[in-house]
Amino acid sequence: MPGLPLPSGEGTRVRFMISLESIANSIHEWLYSTFNETVAMLLEFTIIGVCIIGLFAMLGLVLIMMERKVSSWMQLRLGPNRVGPWGMFQTVADTLKLIVKEGMTPNGVDKLLFNLAPFIVMIIAMVIMAPLMFAKGLQIWDVNIGVLFITAVSSVSVIGILMAGWASNNKYSLLGAMRSGAQIVSYELSAGFAILVIVILTGSLKVSDIVLSQENGWWLFKGHIPVLIAFVIFMIAVTAETNRAPFDLAEAESELTAGFHTEYSGMKFALFFLAEYVNIFVVCALGATLFLGGWMPLHFGTDTEFNRIMDYIPSSVWFMGKTFFLIFVIMWFRWTFPRLRIDQLLNLEWKYLLPIGMFNLLLATLIAIMGWYL
Amino acid sequence: MPGLPLPLGEGTRVRFMYHQVEIVKEPVQTEPNVFDDMVINVGPQHPATHGVLHLVITLNGETIKKVEPHLGYIHRSIEKMCESLSFRQFIYVTSKMDYLSSHINNHGCCLCVEQGLQIEVPQKAQVIRVLMDELTRIASHVLWWGAMAMDVGALTPFFLSFREREMINDIMEESCGTRLTMNYMVPGGVMADVHPNFVRRVNEFISHFKSKIDEYDELVTNNVIFQNRTKGVGVLSKEDAISFGVTGPSARGSGVSCDIRKLYPYEIYQQLNFEEVIETAGDSFARYVVRLKELRQSMHIIEQLINNIPEGDFQAKTKAVLKLPKGEFYSRVETARGEFGVYIVSEGGTTPYRIKFRSPGFSNLSVLDHIARGAKIGDLVAMMGTLDLVIPDIDR
Repeated sequence: MPGLPLPSGEGTRVRFMISLESIANSIHEWLYSTFNETVAMLLEFTIIGVCIIGLFAMLGLVLIMMERKVSSWMQLRLGPNRVGPWGMFQTVADTLKLIVKEGMTPNGVDKLLFNLAPFIVMIIAMVIMAPLMFAKGLQIWDVNIGVLFITAVSSVSVIGILMAGWASNNKYSLLGAMRSGAQIVSYELSAGFAILVIVILTGSLKVSDIVLSQENGWWLFKGHIPVLIAFVIFMIAVTAETNRAPFDLAEAESELTAGFHTEYSGMKFALFFLAEYVNIFVVCALGATLFLGGWMPLHFGTDTEFNRIMDYIPSSVWFMGKTFFLIFVIMWFRWTFPRLRIDQLLNLEWKYLLPIGMFNLLLATLIAIMGWYL
Repeated sequence: MPGLPLPLGEGTRVRFMYHQVEIVKEPVQTEPNVFDDMVINVGPQHPATHGVLHLVITLNGETIKKVEPHLGYIHRSIEKMCESLSFRQFIYVTSKMDYLSSHINNHGCCLCVEQGLQIEVPQKAQVIRVLMDELTRIASHVLWWGAMAMDVGALTPFFLSFREREMINDIMEESCGTRLTMNYMVPGGVMADVHPNFVRRVNEFISHFKSKIDEYDELVTNNVIFQNRTKGVGVLSKEDAISFGVTGPSARGSGVSCDIRKLYPYEIYQQLNFEEVIETAGDSFARYVVRLKELRQSMHIIEQLINNIPEGDFQAKTKAVLKLPKGEFYSRVETARGEFGVYIVSEGGTTPYRIKFRSPGFSNLSVLDHIARGAKIGDLVAMMGTLDLVIPDIDR
């Protein structure tokens, strides 16, 4: 249900927060009071669709800019600094260039799959955003299987990548797509086990419940060792799932030139590129929700002055701050580590992360049963 | 004593560098199996080949069955060009072969001409030449370090390496006039005296580099992923290294003692205190370690010389037109990549009758197929990185 207010307003100990909740609620109420139910729902769908497309584009631009600036800081460079203040509009200029570029379809490709693949990847990246809670009360769809929905839908994106690699009729693309398939399918397991730890401790798959369960402390702090292990595994696994260095084998530049999107150019390439960054945002947002409390402010204890001061910071700022911190960590990985080899990548998953994740899940279950968390 | 004459009979330190061993190799399957094999063209335009090298790779999944280097994309027939250039002129062409160690290429050619004309190079010129050689070696190895890290997927080291390389390029620019393909060495010495800032700036560079070289180890050498990627990969045995004629750091990583500066010392290398770096593992990591240790050795050489540049001429008096006596002349130097040999056949005229360059890159490339079989594609890139191929040096 779009823009549904949080059901648990009264029970929370969050006293005062500047939030977008009231705006969302008033729009919702106004729409339902002005139009009949069907039209109001359709209008809400439209508003949300436009918002998500806008967010998709904005995130792409902001994150690419961030990547450029982060990498330039790490590499003794200035980064883009010509277009706009501090080069802020460089990505906008690049996107414009990609939009006006010819959308080329090379000879010998499977035309349908070739042209379909970027859209599948993009649509998946958008759909995963539905259950994410961007701020207090700002959530598109608080489905009761929210976390499961995210993991399930995000695994579909591998189909888009395989499709692109296969349809390109290019050996580099094929190798990149095969690597990507092996990699994403493997690392999903570890990511899933890491997510399950939180689900067990919370007892719910619903994103809003998971966030609310952390109001007296984020899971990373109150979940003891299992959550710490799960967090590390989660960060490694999502780095691999989003095809980022050091797990960027699917598009290993020095080996496969550009991997699965070698043959793509223009806006079709840009869609892959944007989808990659939006995927990073989504997994980092998920990590922030599960381990760092989502939009929850930093709270210690139950009723202290410190908590009250923290409450004055808007919830959206908390959420975005945490998410962008995790994104920064993932970018930090990329600009520091060398790339793994394909067999080492699979060894890491199947021989180390997966067994550790399984035992960690048992440990977490024990802790949840005994109630050894705050 | 500039360059020993061939045959190597009368030298003071005759040590046979190589003994021939039969190359043991699996039989080459010439025709690719169209049903099982995937043939993939790496290059001539490919980020991993660092130039226009074309590798035809036969794959079985990700595993390499055969690597076939195809050359000739940047062949400029430098050897033929040299035949129509005078003994002064041909030296300038050679800096375009291995553009990362152009000083040392020029040096080898100068040694050969000086050997033919019996020119005594002044002490100052010798010191300057060695200084330039070692600076070039550092610049080349530093660039290699960045490119190697980039090959295995770490992009940041490339920029760190350019920080150091820029300083050397600036020093070169001041003294030699160019930053990359220097033409500073002439028969009889160097073309001009070093810039007044030279000593200060080299000292600055050495103190800067000393504080930064540990960063290299922190960032790349001690990285677990990097060690996993390179240890036990592309193992080249000592025997194979000798049989394929591999020289330079690539061979020293396999335990072959082949440093020309030690074996056939030229200029003032005999009086200098430095070690020949030898590792015995023979894998990519050993070759990597050899180069990093050589950086420190080169720094050590520069430290010994930089504050002791003698007074005197920077160039010996030579005739305007050089005429080598009839005969054959050979000289060898140690470039950043290995042994560089210059072989001149003279008929007594003003131009060489025939010139042959023995470039290190060509023999180093020839070993690629031997060590790459059975490895993964990612390994191939790491191996090519540690062989340190410069394509214009291979093709000439």
